[in-house]
Amino acid sequence: MPTGPLYPLTPHPLEIRVLTRRFGTPNSASIDTYLADGGYQTFLKARQMTPEAIIEELKTSALRGRGGAGFPTGLKWSFVPRASPKPKYIVVNADESEPGTCKDRLLMEYDPHQLIEGMMIAAHTMSSHKGYIYIRGEYRYLVESMNVAIEEAYAKGWLGKNIQGTGFDFDCYTHSGAGAYECGEETALLDSLEGKRGIPRMKPPFPAVAGAWASPTLLNNVETFSAVVPIIRDGGAKFLSYGIPKAGGTRLLCVSGHVNKPGVYEVPLGLNMMTFINECAGGVWKGRKLKAVVPGGSSCPILKADECDVNMDYDSIAKIGSMMGSGGMVVLDETTDMVQFALRIMKFYQHESCGWCIPCREGTTWLKKLLQRYHDGMGQESDIDLINELATNMLGRTFCALGDAAALPTISIVTKFRDEFVDYLSKPSMRELVGIH
Amino acid sequence: MPEPVKNAPVKLTIDGHAIEAAPGTLLIDAAKKAGIEIPAFCYYEGYSLQAACRMCLVEVEKTPKLQVACTLPVAEGMVVHTDSKLVASARKGTLEMLLTNHPLDCPVCDKGGECELQDMVFRYGAGESRFLETKHHTDEKQWSPVVYFDAPRCILCYRCVRVCNEGMGVGALGIINRGVLAEIGPNQGDHLDCDECGACIDICPVGALTSGIYRYQTRPWEMEHVGTICTHCSNGCKTTLGVRNDQIIRGNNRDRSGINDEFLCVKGRYGFDFIEHPERLQSPMKKIDGRFEPISWSDALTEIAAKFKAADGAKCAVIGGTHTTNEENYYLQKFARGVLGTNNIDHRRTGDMVTLLDALSGKADALATTSDLYNTKAALVIGSDLSQQHPFLAFQLRASTRHHAARIYTVTQGPVREDKYSTAYVRSVAGKELEGVQSLRDKLASETSLVVIYGDCIKGDAVRQLVAFGDSLGIPVKYVCLVDDSNSRGALDMGLTPDLGPGYHAVDKPGMSYGEMLNAKGLDLLWIVGENPYVNQAFHAPKFMVVQDMFMTETAKLADIVLPSASAYEKTGTVTNVCGEVQRLKRAAKVMGTKSDLEIIGLIAKELGKNVGIWTPEKVFDEIRASVNGYNVPLSILVSGGVAHTTPVNGRVNVTVKPEAIQSANNTLFTSGSLSRYSKLLGSLLESPGALYK
Repeated sequence: MPTGPLYPLTPHPLEIRVLTRRFGTPNSASIDTYLADGGYQTFLKARQMTPEAIIEELKTSALRGRGGAGFPTGLKWSFVPRASPKPKYIVVNADESEPGTCKDRLLMEYDPHQLIEGMMIAAHTMSSHKGYIYIRGEYRYLVESMNVAIEEAYAKGWLGKNIQGTGFDFDCYTHSGAGAYECGEETALLDSLEGKRGIPRMKPPFPAVAGAWASPTLLNNVETFSAVVPIIRDGGAKFLSYGIPKAGGTRLLCVSGHVNKPGVYEVPLGLNMMTFINECAGGVWKGRKLKAVVPGGSSCPILKADECDVNMDYDSIAKIGSMMGSGGMVVLDETTDMVQFALRIMKFYQHESCGWCIPCREGTTWLKKLLQRYHDGMGQESDIDLINELATNMLGRTFCALGDAAALPTISIVTKFRDEFVDYLSKPSMRELVGIH
Repeated sequence: MPEPVKNAPVKLTIDGHAIEAAPGTLLIDAAKKAGIEIPAFCYYEGYSLQAACRMCLVEVEKTPKLQVACTLPVAEGMVVHTDSKLVASARKGTLEMLLTNHPLDCPVCDKGGECELQDMVFRYGAGESRFLETKHHTDEKQWSPVVYFDAPRCILCYRCVRVCNEGMGVGALGIINRGVLAEIGPNQGDHLDCDECGACIDICPVGALTSGIYRYQTRPWEMEHVGTICTHCSNGCKTTLGVRNDQIIRGNNRDRSGINDEFLCVKGRYGFDFIEHPERLQSPMKKIDGRFEPISWSDALTEIAAKFKAADGAKCAVIGGTHTTNEENYYLQKFARGVLGTNNIDHRRTGDMVTLLDALSGKADALATTSDLYNTKAALVIGSDLSQQHPFLAFQLRASTRHHAARIYTVTQGPVREDKYSTAYVRSVAGKELEGVQSLRDKLASETSLVVIYGDCIKGDAVRQLVAFGDSLGIPVKYVCLVDDSNSRGALDMGLTPDLGPGYHAVDKPGMSYGEMLNAKGLDLLWIVGENPYVNQAFHAPKFMVVQDMFMTETAKLADIVLPSASAYEKTGTVTNVCGEVQRLKRAAKVMGTKSDLEIIGLIAKELGKNVGIWTPEKVFDEIRASVNGYNVPLSILVSGGVAHTTPVNGRVNVTVKPEAIQSANNTLFTSGSLSRYSKLLGSLLESPGALYK
């Protein structure tokens, strides 16, 4: 259990609290708090809307998937064959495993009913009657609190048969993962949900058509489902107005690393990155200079300090060769050892590679071994090219995106910080420092 | 504007060649058909797609990334490059990654010389390693007497997992751990609970899975690879025997050139060691004062000829074999009828084919081939544990369910593996199988066509009732009458019966049947070729008894003279499988002192001064082609190792079948009478079919 809130209790002036508006309210997770704040009324409003109207509202809001890939949500919803005679499933991807990301856990911990309501609106849109919340294994305590919320909703008649006399049935379940990053990939998640080994599936067919138990499945991130509620409540245009055109709304940014005030901030999309770091996150700690920023989770190519004067929206960041990702921003100060940083990232991906395809399985392993050797002071300059080349061989050639996620930051680090890698060779290695030759 | 034709071929370009392919064809297959190789490890035709090895990456114009050819269906106007620099570097990159953790122990690896990884590295580079780090090592494991696994060599293409699960319907293999520690493992923890078929070894592209009997024996190029037909059961699978210095080292099916595609069961792959069993007879034996003494061939033949001359035709009894070739069977009955002047000739009956032929009289195309089983949309299995008794036929049905969504119905006494993928199964008590079949009537009638496979529980009138039932469904129905041995069907076709000559022509004066001969008293001569009937059978000593066999069986021990005969792996000739398909045996090994049964019979005829014809298999087969219905098959097919379907007769077969004479031995995956008894390897394997049904 976390000991204290990961969000600032008083909103920063630059924040717009839409999804997190109940954060800080006492007992924010209870259904009474939620109902008192107009909770579940949006579902009743959605019941009066046609599926087409709801999807149109989402399209207007320009909401994009908050899990990392940033796929337009309205479009994704429109892909699910609503008329299919098969059962349809709503699945929440709460396998929040991207290093640096910690927003979904807050949304589930402090406002679980908003997520449930978002699922219900999706269920109404898809004529689905079953929803699953797939929670990463490490978030076991959230399974319990989420279950409490679900029980509350059943008790108050907001889940189950004939919800509030609307004639609509919806059941909601939690499902705990077993500790695999790979299961955050949507198809691996579905395999895991079905009780199989968590490895990604071949696409097509996409989950929208053949997902859980080969039935049409709508799969979105916790933040995405949570955002559905304010969009339907206040209208897509209102949500869009928070951000910039093409990337509407607010975004939960999880800033960690060498900053004075790490935490989760809900800021409008399009906010300048330097402004965010200096204002919201309190600037780089200990009065040091900024060295680099990982903008959206460790899978994103790293940005050097001079690249960070950029607006944080999907397109602007893509323009400079990185990604918004999952919103997990890691700030690195000037003292950061980039070799060690690259090794730490690769250790994660090596540990999490599922082993299904060759480039990812072997690539992450040998990159880790190479970086470890380099880090231990036994590298040579040609290793830098070898690391780069091996990572390039993985890029775009793996079965799922995990291989890319491992290759992209590595390539960016060894390219942008090549000088530092070369300098590293002349440093006394740890072995030399302790006198082992 | 003309309407686009449905299913019209898709036009695409691969490496500048304009190619047409059926819609839905995978790019890798389309390229292969056009003669362009796209290398792949995990892709294996007929099994589920994996896209795991990333070896088949190709460049497709207008797509940003390299595409995986093994999962990409062809599309109109697609322009593909398989020979670009980018593709070459991708292949090299993948191979480099594969080799990073590979032990590179080719000099001691069984697969060296026929290893797909080795071939690819030779062709696409990356032979030199750029890495200095330690490789991840795990020790070799033995999973069963015949399956060893060396994880570091494994490239995780999951072919073995798929062939075990999808092909064999066993599912003994799975994947354990994740990432670089992921490896293939038995689902039972430390051992395989399976058919021991070894398909996983055959399908392994590298030397990760190796065979317990073949490992460290030889290099592939030191062997001659002889494609012949397995002699154990009636399915007639092709097995390619690796022969070095006239010794069989292994059996496998890697070239997939037979009717059995990649299938081979434990008997076909490992059950050849009976030929060098220490108890194998290698000299004629004569019983002198109750003890067998070796004698020369000439002495044995002289004595046999003398006794044959003295015998009265009516008091002669000839029992033929069901593992002997068509040529031998034909020659034997010709000898018995022409020289001994008797119709007292029969073989052990294991299925009622005769009544089936009679009941199907006038119907064309009513006998199913093994490929019909694969292509069928529906099949009904009656009274046979197909996966245990006729594993290849079961494999065909499984393949049909996978590829054609075929529906399988079973009517059996106990649970069978087919239950798992059957549309409906019925449990029946012995003798009430037809009632079970009746209960499926509505379901069967809704099919578009059907193949009926029945065991020895359906015989005599029941066969006619079954055919009448088939007729009443109003859909095309084909039949397979299950028989036990590698040439049971051929023995019948060749007229090894007291009442039917070759090609099912009724003889004037039917002789004694199998059972009558065994129980007959006061016989002058009892001549048994490759059969062991006196196991639990009262014996009335004839005046003279000669047995041709490979071993001193219970029956041979009763004989006056025993002649050592060659096994099916030591001779040429043809055999007819359960579906009436003729295939050619090719001599693989030699065992000193033995002669083929054909030669033995020919030598006896020569000793008697009788002309039964030239006793080379080719000449006898010429005669069979000329005189036996359905056997006028193109020789070129047989000679090139192919299979020819025979339709023995399409008219009334005017004989009465005694149902009680038909009895299958119900051999399992690990048994086949004398052959399996004298195979040490088959005897050493644990049978664990029970677990497979659950």
